[in-house]
Amino acid sequence: MSVPQPEQPRVVELREVTKVYGAGVRALRGVDLLVERGELVAIAGPSGSGKSTLLHLIGTLDRPTTGTVRIAGHDVAGLSDRELSALRARHLGFVFQQFHLAPGASALDNVADGLLYTGTPLRARRERAAAALERVGLGHRLGHRPSQLSGGEQQRVAVARAVAGDPPLLLADEPTGNLDSAAGAEVLNVLRDLYAAGTTIVVITHDPEIAEWCPRQVRVRDGRVVADAGAGAGRRPPGPNPKTASGPAAPPGFENVPGAETAGAAKGAPR
Amino acid sequence: MTGQRLTPARLGPSDVLRTGAAGLRTRPARVVLSALGIAIGIATMIAVLGISSSSREQLLRQLDRLGTNLLTVAPGQTMFGEQAKLPVEALGMVRRIGPVRTASATGTVGTTIRRTDRIPKAVTGGIAVQAATADLLTTLEGRVVTGAWLNAATETRPAVVLGAKAAQRLGITRTGVQVWMGERWFTVVGVLGAMPLAPEIERSALVGFPAAEKYLGFDGHPTTIYERSAEESVEAVRAVLPRTVNPENPEEVTVSRPSDALAARAAAASAFTNLLLGLGAVALLVGGVGVANTMVISVLERRKEIGLRRSLGATRGQVRLQFLAESLLLSALGGVAGAVLGGLATAGYALSRGWPPVVPPWAFAGAVGATLVIGTLAGLYPAMRAARLSPTVALATT
Ligand SMILES: Nc1ncnc2c1ncn2[C@@H]1O[C@H](COP(=O)(O)OP(=O)(O)OP(=O)(O)O)[C@@H](O)[C@H]1O
Ligand SMILES: [Mg+2]
Repeated sequence: MSVPQPEQPRVVELREVTKVYGAGVRALRGVDLLVERGELVAIAGPSGSGKSTLLHLIGTLDRPTTGTVRIAGHDVAGLSDRELSALRARHLGFVFQQFHLAPGASALDNVADGLLYTGTPLRARRERAAAALERVGLGHRLGHRPSQLSGGEQQRVAVARAVAGDPPLLLADEPTGNLDSAAGAEVLNVLRDLYAAGTTIVVITHDPEIAEWCPRQVRVRDGRVVADAGAGAGRRPPGPNPKTASGPAAPPGFENVPGAETAGAAKGAPR
Repeated sequence: MTGQRLTPARLGPSDVLRTGAAGLRTRPARVVLSALGIAIGIATMIAVLGISSSSREQLLRQLDRLGTNLLTVAPGQTMFGEQAKLPVEALGMVRRIGPVRTASATGTVGTTIRRTDRIPKAVTGGIAVQAATADLLTTLEGRVVTGAWLNAATETRPAVVLGAKAAQRLGITRTGVQVWMGERWFTVVGVLGAMPLAPEIERSALVGFPAAEKYLGFDGHPTTIYERSAEESVEAVRAVLPRTVNPENPEEVTVSRPSDALAARAAAASAFTNLLLGLGAVALLVGGVGVANTMVISVLERRKEIGLRRSLGATRGQVRLQFLAESLLLSALGGVAGAVLGGLATAGYALSRGWPPVVPPWAFAGAVGATLVIGTLAGLYPAMRAARLSPTVALATT
């Protein structure tokens, strides 16, 4: 049953994807999108252009009306709800504009709950949650409730929850939308570090600065992709953190990302 | 094309419980209020069952203590519908039956007992004046509270021993008091304790047979013979008693077993108990509706959490399980509180009446069962709704 792949499957592969809501809201009108391992991709576009719809399809939270969605090599159309759930548990991490933290639970428990559906035993969930919080710079806030944390800290907890299980693909829908620029910078730094460590990240943003910061931008308008540097373009290191004046251009360890140097140059991303 | 099979991880029981409890922890006031309905229902039913079992246990223990080997013999009716009489020598005949251990008799004396001669004759206070043989107290295994029982001397003298109720009605608590019986004064020499197997003795004023014949014109015919035999021969004795007592007219003799009345009372569940049980069931039902309502609201309020859990990889089944677990925990909470309250109510009531507090184990088992059924029924619909929710719609909720 496990057929060896000739090459690593693409992380995201969308072919002629459309999405029609209800009677005739055509949120997506034929989208092709390829994302390779290790890319940092911004999806930008005006309000109502279909960015969230696109992200939901990539995240297998919804199915396309027509077209093919393949995530980590799995054709979504051929998967049952249970299989999609397993795919999300193992391959995907989500960060939302609203943090969606459980108010009554500590940061540690909120993050540990992110591993609940991966079959990890409780003790291991807590250990990995602590490690993930350490990674986002909140190692000293494990026992705090969301109400005792700043907005930026809360969103970093949400990021830690999304990445505690080391999913190959992290999807973020306006992760800094509810934050001021200082808090937004904290979150972007965390995303950058994750990207440096090899996580593929797709981030939706309204903010041109943030879009510009990402090595690859996919511009969406009226349900269509109108500009895209192409698969692999998102492997170059991101620019300086637009939210902090003195952000390091290439954080330490960044050079180790495979193909980081070559991919962008080969494609010639439009700016 | 897929590299590996995608199978969702199973949630262990402790994880299911933890997610179920997480929803309750954040809303304690609502949890308490909606569990209260279940608690009241369960408490009512446990208390009703507990109190009636305690009272039954009390009766059974009393029976155990009193024994079921006492038979009474009384005259029935003649063929012509008149009141029959037991022969004077009946008591002697009964004593001669092999297995009979002890037998004694009382005989109704047609007179009254009054505190003074100035009280009109008609005012009897419901007290029967009876002649009693000296061994009556032994046969009935009765107890003297004050004074002494009739002895060889006092049974020939104008002396009287009062049953517990008779003494109460006359307002007599000590011996030495004079009472007016027939046409002369008698002296109270003793007061008896309670006699659950012979309540008629409690309401009697008892004088010795010789004294009754001498002072009160008693004809010597016994009206009740009390007899005790070994437990195992009670039926045999019962069968021969009528012929022994009245060989000519055995059909004019009535034999009964006073413990049967107590046993019947122990066996009967009163209509009142059933009514209260019904009320408890209604309270339980209302409690179940309350839990269902809470769960529906909880699902509506927590759509975002549901969406988030789905994005984290929860299957529909796992979401359903989470809300079912929450509903079950909620009603279990009510059930446990109700069982404790019901148990305490039973203990309090029973102890206040001097009964042994007993709640039948099956009542607790029933409470557990009812709680589980209600929790499941109340949680099923909300859980299905939660599971059916599309992840994107759930996340888009503002
Ligand atoms: N569940 C839905 N039912 C009906 N229409 C929907 C639904 N979700 C989105 N739409 C519509 O589809 C279009 C695209 O929506 P989408 O949320 O993808 O936009 P977006 O690019 O994320 O916008 P924003 O930047 O404001 O978040 C919009 O016209 C929206 O009204
Ligand atoms: Mg959106």
